[in-house]
Amino acid sequence: MRETIRFRLNGRDTTLETDGTRRLLWVLRNDLGLTGTKFGCGIMRCGACTVLVNGNPVRTCRTPLSSIQGADVLTIEGLANGDDLHPLQEEFADRGAFQCGYCTSGMILEAYSLLQRNPHPTREQIVSGMDRNLCRCGAHKRIVEAIEAAAARL
Amino acid sequence: MNRNDLGPMAVDRRDFLKFTGGGIAVFVALKDSTLITEAMEQQRGYPEDFNAYLRVAEDGRVTVLSGKIEMGQGVETSMAQMVAEDLRVSLDSIDMIMGDTDRCVWDAGTWGSLTTRVFGPALRAAAAKAREVLLELASERLGAPIAQLQVENGVVTVKGGQGRVSYGELAKGQKIEKTLDHEAVLRSVKEFTVMGTSPKRFDRIEKVTGQAHYAGDIRLPGMLHARLLRPPAHDATLKSVDTSAAEAVPGVTVVNQDGLVAVLHEDREVADRALGLIKADFDVPQPTVDDKTIWDRMLAAAPTGRTTHEAGNLSTGEGACKKVIESTYYDGYVAHAPMEPHTALASAQDDRITAWISTQSPFGDQGRIARALGLDPSKVRIITPYVGGGFGGKSSSGQAMEAARLSWILKKPVQVMWTREEEFFYDTFHSAAVVKVRSGVDGNGKVQLWDYNVYMAGTRGSEVLYDVPNAAVVSHSARDVHPFATGPWRAPGANTNTFARECQIDIMAADAGIDPMEFRLNNATDPRLRSVLEAVAKMADWKPGAAPSGRGLGVACGLDAGTYVAHVAEVTVDKSTGAVHVDRMWCAQEMGIVVNPVGAIMQMEGCITQGLGYALMEHIRFRGGDILDRNFNTYQIPRFSDLPEIETELVPNDDLTPQGGGEPAIVCIGAVIANAIYDACGSRVYTMPFTPESVLAGMKT
Repeated sequence: MRETIRFRLNGRDTTLETDGTRRLLWVLRNDLGLTGTKFGCGIMRCGACTVLVNGNPVRTCRTPLSSIQGADVLTIEGLANGDDLHPLQEEFADRGAFQCGYCTSGMILEAYSLLQRNPHPTREQIVSGMDRNLCRCGAHKRIVEAIEAAAARL
Repeated sequence: MNRNDLGPMAVDRRDFLKFTGGGIAVFVALKDSTLITEAMEQQRGYPEDFNAYLRVAEDGRVTVLSGKIEMGQGVETSMAQMVAEDLRVSLDSIDMIMGDTDRCVWDAGTWGSLTTRVFGPALRAAAAKAREVLLELASERLGAPIAQLQVENGVVTVKGGQGRVSYGELAKGQKIEKTLDHEAVLRSVKEFTVMGTSPKRFDRIEKVTGQAHYAGDIRLPGMLHARLLRPPAHDATLKSVDTSAAEAVPGVTVVNQDGLVAVLHEDREVADRALGLIKADFDVPQPTVDDKTIWDRMLAAAPTGRTTHEAGNLSTGEGACKKVIESTYYDGYVAHAPMEPHTALASAQDDRITAWISTQSPFGDQGRIARALGLDPSKVRIITPYVGGGFGGKSSSGQAMEAARLSWILKKPVQVMWTREEEFFYDTFHSAAVVKVRSGVDGNGKVQLWDYNVYMAGTRGSEVLYDVPNAAVVSHSARDVHPFATGPWRAPGANTNTFARECQIDIMAADAGIDPMEFRLNNATDPRLRSVLEAVAKMADWKPGAAPSGRGLGVACGLDAGTYVAHVAEVTVDKSTGAVHVDRMWCAQEMGIVVNPVGAIMQMEGCITQGLGYALMEHIRFRGGDILDRNFNTYQIPRFSDLPEIETELVPNDDLTPQGGGEPAIVCIGAVIANAIYDACGSRVYTMPFTPESVLAGMKT
């Protein structure tokens, strides 16, 4: 069913005339050209498709577009301020907190949300906060270290 | 010799020059190397003497072209380091082009930890030769003998004198072609300024900003998303299919041709829904094997084997032992489960086709697609964007064949991105396997007998490794044992073989009442093996004690891709549930000269983490050709909460050229955890993964 969906996307007002049952993941990737959000499992079990909706991490592979009506959506493409990377991005980049990079967008946004809620998490809180995001390359150790380093700067 | 005589894969030098314009081209000679051998074996046509290629452009930038691909292992950066070192240019003047079959010379594929070990020396030789050529030109330009010249950051100057010219200026207007031999002088470890350091990775900004492109991120005008009809099981056959309801969906294209049943739409979700409207009837045979009975089938299918190592005499060895210990080890099927599923975009135009593929084997894909479409390979171009993890699983690219066939039929760009369920179903799993070992020690704690039979895992990692006077290693394999595809999985076979060997060593040590570290050192004279064992003992502050000591400490060591590794693990076993958590893991690795220490350590950490999966939780369940685990809801891979504290150390050995780094540190993980479990609670586990139930069962016996 076609409907008008209005939301803020990476700080910009966005309006789409489309079927509101479509999943946010494919709309971001195919209609809006934001391919930094990745398809991983399709059942909300890996976190590769994570974006922030009103600051909360959401698995876009199952999120109907109609549910973001009026919401504020942040994808990985909207995190840096121009060429100025967010401290999480800098720490991920410089500490090798990625290998293949496919899970990285979701990891960074999940961590961003974690730090919004808890600016100075313990290591245990980082581990439990990130536990639903999968990485197959085994960058976990450095992801935790990058989040700690970013938290110390924020 | 004209191009056709060279075979399909040969690339003419002039094509390279035409392609790249002016500048200095250097071809790498790889006589007698494994790359040549692989090329010959695969009948790809003699690749002349060229495998890699680098170019110094007029603006001074250096382009390195390699058939290798970047899937997270960091070779994009480490290969550039090698070139920067021997060419004497700054790292940021280098551009890498990888895995593009039109631009890079043939390569077998990115696997086996071969990039640095085998391709690296050739690349360095190319860079060194290019440096010599440029110095010759500089000598003429500056009127000074080569011996008086020095070069840094791509600028040649005269020692203690006037005169300065950059590589870019030298390259200007030149079209010089040089064929290399192996005699170019490489810089020594003592001279290194770029190799041996850990510069920031080339891919770091793209990958943290969402700008890195993977195969699924490429967009072409008019691109269609394809979903394909799949059988319910690998051995199922299609009896009938009715696509009429799918065809009725506006904008949907249906293809039903030569076994390929696909629905396509510009919106992937519409294609998803249309696929659900296809009515298909399959014949599914009764399953004859499952994940519980597969090992019996393997033992029955492979009665005789191939002896790969023999020493002394087994009955002599048996006579020298106080006791012979017989064990059987079992390993299940394990998925690769890269976060990026297999993806390809193919675009057919006129008589040519171009495909962007998540692949470890762009040239292999080129040949396969050419054969399937009846094209000359020169009409098929494969481009490899960043690959979202491979681990051996992206070596055969079924998805690319599907995209190519559909695009060829429709003459439109077609993207195939497998769902996670398809990814599991069509994965080329790590093979299930069985290892039977009979071994024993004499009164001095020396291993006297090693009678080793491996079924279906192959020989990688089956070296005895220790000094055993009476030994036989026999490898059994058979065709048509698996109900689905299997293939290389990070250090293929070595995980199984190292598990069996290092557990058996531990069992003998425990039986003899000897500390397992001491037992290993007492049976090993290989200095590289001893160096990693001694290093890891020091890192973990190992205190001697026979197992089971109750401490939960285990040790294991191994050899893979020319690199030695030793691990110590500390585990906690919940004695009421049998659940295991690895608390700490120490790893010492000796890999010869280290090109990029942080990069090497990241691979070690990745290996340890991925190894936790096959050791503790990963095991594909199946019934006949039906795969029961098809997504991350039932197939668990290691998470943050599974991670131990990881400590790594590189044991220096600058006398040896760089060895493999992507796989070695995974081979011991099964054994080191099994040995630590035994030390914690006295439960000896023989089947991977070590489920809580199996650990509990072992505690009761």
